[in-house]
Amino acid sequence: MSLVSPQDLYSGDAQLSCAHPKDYLALLKPRVMSLVVLTALAGILISPTPVHPVIGFASLLAIAVGAGASGALNMWYDADIDAVMKRTSTRPVPSGRVAPGEALAFGLVLSGLSVFTLGVLANWLAAGLLAFTIFFYAVIYTMWLKRSTPQNIVIGGAAGAFPPVVGYAAATGSVSLESLVLFAIIFIWTPPHFWALALVKCEDYAKAGVPMMPNALGPDRTRLEVLLYTIVLAPVGVLPWLMGFASPVYGALSVLGGALMLYFAWRCYIVREGEAARKACMSLFGFSILYLFVLFLEIAFENGPAQFLARAVRGLL
Amino acid sequence: MNTPDNQETPPGGLRRMTAEEARSRRARNIAIGIAVGLFVLLFYVVTVAKLGVGVLDRPL
Repeated sequence: MSLVSPQDLYSGDAQLSCAHPKDYLALLKPRVMSLVVLTALAGILISPTPVHPVIGFASLLAIAVGAGASGALNMWYDADIDAVMKRTSTRPVPSGRVAPGEALAFGLVLSGLSVFTLGVLANWLAAGLLAFTIFFYAVIYTMWLKRSTPQNIVIGGAAGAFPPVVGYAAATGSVSLESLVLFAIIFIWTPPHFWALALVKCEDYAKAGVPMMPNALGPDRTRLEVLLYTIVLAPVGVLPWLMGFASPVYGALSVLGGALMLYFAWRCYIVREGEAARKACMSLFGFSILYLFVLFLEIAFENGPAQFLARAVRGLL
Repeated sequence: MNTPDNQETPPGGLRRMTAEEARSRRARNIAIGIAVGLFVLLFYVVTVAKLGVGVLDRPL
């Protein structure tokens, strides 16, 4: 090999990236993406007209990548506070595995590609909603609200609630009341879910200077708000069944899940001292994930595989 | 003058990539290649799905 090959000679001062593909994958927040995929899938499957599976899959992929891109932009902007919080200090940017500029470029390129892909393959209403979701999460929530108000995750939660609306728009080219109900479930679910974790990690947030509810207005006020949001969430979670776009099985699951959410939120409200309080918060946090997962999985199942099987059985009879 | 790995020292101010840098760059290149390939495949499959039987409806 030639000594002066441009492929392997760099300025002695140059910092070359040692980032591996898995570091870029981590920038996409895969666990958040999995919930986005499920909620967007539910939005696609509740559409009154059947969606071509290939178009549905492509739309879902574009929405997932768009959500991941907003996660990368979030990690780029929040690298300073991620570095001082134990929970986030090992993320690719604060740990030095990915340079901030690389994370920014990665997020911007994927944002553009995901919006373009959804626009071309599905429709431009869905693409516009996806672009707004990315903007809302990266700019409104990450750059503005997160560091300025204890209501950050209440308003910012809208970004996480948009995927079913985007999915429905991709499938139908419109926005319906049904998709807005799914939006409302995630929107109202977000504060008790995040604040249950924030109650446990409030020292971390305080150290980073993020005004989360527990360290800005106190744990007692947070516990009260967690309980109030859960009281609203439990009936809203039942709406898909009451409005007739989910089955009685969903109705039973949502009533049971809502009752358990209320139980865990009540435990979180009354148990305020020591290890028992921490456990009560983490129980609510853990169960809230299961609650949302089960409700959207049931909606996706009964509007997807279950309907397909029912049609197949009717065809055989 | 030879370096320990029997390669000549690069001219002033330049340095050779370390093994780790080269390895990670290769892994990134492969990942980008796979991603671009899948992106092209996605557009191909969706085009066929959208056109449906119209794929065969063309002048010979």
